[in-house]
Amino acid sequence: MLEIRGLSKSFGGVKATDNVSLDFADGSLTAVIGPNGAGKSTFFNLITGALRPDAGQILLNGVDMAGRTPPEIVRHGIGRAFQVASIFPSLTVEETMLAAVGADQRRAGVMHRRFPLAETRDRAEHAMELLGLAGKRNRTAATLSHGDQKLLDIALALVLDPKVLLLDEPTAGMGTEERWRMIDKVRELWEKQKITVVFIEHDMDIVFKIAPEIAVLCYGRILATGTPDAIRRNEAVIEAYLGSDDHAGAVA
Amino acid sequence: MTELQAGQSAQPLEVPRIETRPQRYRDVLIALAAFVLLALLPMVFGSKQLLDFVIRCAAYGLFATSLNLLVGYTGLISFGHGMFFGLGAYGFGLMMQKTGVPIPVAFVATLAMTFVVAVVIGAICVRLKEIYFAFVTLAFQMLIHSTILSWQSLTGGDQGLRGGIPRPPFLGIDLSNHLHLYITSCALLVIGLFLMRQIAQSPFGYTLRMIRDNATRASFIGIDVWRAKLTIFVLAALFAATGGMIMALFVSGAYPEFAYWTISGEGIFINMLGGVTTFLGPMVGTVLLLILNDTVTRLTEYQGIVLGVVILFFAIGLRKGLMDFVVEWFAQRRGEGRG
Repeated sequence: MLEIRGLSKSFGGVKATDNVSLDFADGSLTAVIGPNGAGKSTFFNLITGALRPDAGQILLNGVDMAGRTPPEIVRHGIGRAFQVASIFPSLTVEETMLAAVGADQRRAGVMHRRFPLAETRDRAEHAMELLGLAGKRNRTAATLSHGDQKLLDIALALVLDPKVLLLDEPTAGMGTEERWRMIDKVRELWEKQKITVVFIEHDMDIVFKIAPEIAVLCYGRILATGTPDAIRRNEAVIEAYLGSDDHAGAVA
Repeated sequence: MTELQAGQSAQPLEVPRIETRPQRYRDVLIALAAFVLLALLPMVFGSKQLLDFVIRCAAYGLFATSLNLLVGYTGLISFGHGMFFGLGAYGFGLMMQKTGVPIPVAFVATLAMTFVVAVVIGAICVRLKEIYFAFVTLAFQMLIHSTILSWQSLTGGDQGLRGGIPRPPFLGIDLSNHLHLYITSCALLVIGLFLMRQIAQSPFGYTLRMIRDNATRASFIGIDVWRAKLTIFVLAALFAATGGMIMALFVSGAYPEFAYWTISGEGIFINMLGGVTTFLGPMVGTVLLLILNDTVTRLTEYQGIVLGVVILFFAIGLRKGLMDFVVEWFAQRRGEGRG
């Protein structure tokens, strides 16, 4: 269970995250939506330790993550993928996975043995299979297609066996068809792995189709939370989106 | 990725680097073979000059290869790595001159001292990003250099450590004997390279590659980036200091130039010559630079110009080091053969 309590962060005078409280039940799949500049990415950056919150708590099964460093938070079980695929360009897909499993097993500092460690192979293999990257294991990450790089980024988070997986716009920069393939993959992962998944998404068709839970952020605050149907009918949400023309049509 | 790795995009698409059956002892065998070859060299060629050349290669090779652990593997461009070369030379020389302890004790004590200094300097520097890291390491280099110059009573100032370094024999090894010194230098070189190779190919070595490629991502898979950087900074310092100690034994003294920034510059130069994407690149670069230095100084007094032209050729012409070029050439040929 991930519970956010009164989370706040200001940049200068701007409240990017303003007293946000949200619960993510174990095994839930939640979409975080909101107009540009609503503070969605800041929200993720606060949870994962990339930014330090000014106030509030981030309770993962009762343990407060607020103010901890990214490596600590990752080790507690909150993994993330990035809006712009964040990978290791010169490593191959297989090396990336093996190194990540090694890091998860606290073996990143081992010097007296050879890479890769035998005990990392199964998990790395499993993650590659799951994301459909096994056939590209010997490709360096820099030579992968944009979509595969996004998948590798997700695989990097997933291979650590997180309790909570945060995906910052998994479909960013993709064409329509590729978007649906990616989002099907995300849903498939969520169903198979039985983990808590929270993702940011701009495409309202996708959000309303696949997310059982939706949280709407606007000016750093939670505008509404609920099922797709409830969100669709929510007055405040329609109001907020009518102001920003890129999504007005999508919601209505 | 660092600037020095330009040209990586020319890599073939498929890079099957992970061996299905890791050849655990291959490096041990290569190291042993290299040592035996080097040890047999004096029997084939009696030339003292050649042996001197190999000893200098050992000193600079350990230094340059350790710098590559920072530059090529971790993406830490240090312009002050030469300070540890100087510290090794001075620490060892002073220890032998002032205390008269046995050589192995002085060796270990010098490494211990380097360790402490590197931890302190590293803790300050590795937090800094790229250009700031480069310049603060350079600043520390200058600090150590000026300390050596001004602390005349201890270091002899700009005259350096003179009067020779005493070398009492130990375990049947007499380092005042040229052949013994040669064999010892070769042994230190081979052991040093072997250990660095082991580090580079270990899980920790891959942690370094991840940090070089994308430090932010590395921290989000649970890697303590600061600690890993500090660890490799200190380890590299120890190998550089070992190179410095070989140099001190070779010239039987230590001079301020050993701790001057130009040593760091030569280290970077060697890495550019040999290339940073292969483990042995810096070693090849060392041999190249020393040959260049020796032949060019014999032929002309304008050696700076010649070296400048050479580095321009590598930096602008090839856009990579010699070993990078060779490896890519082989990879391409193999690729064509398959296709």
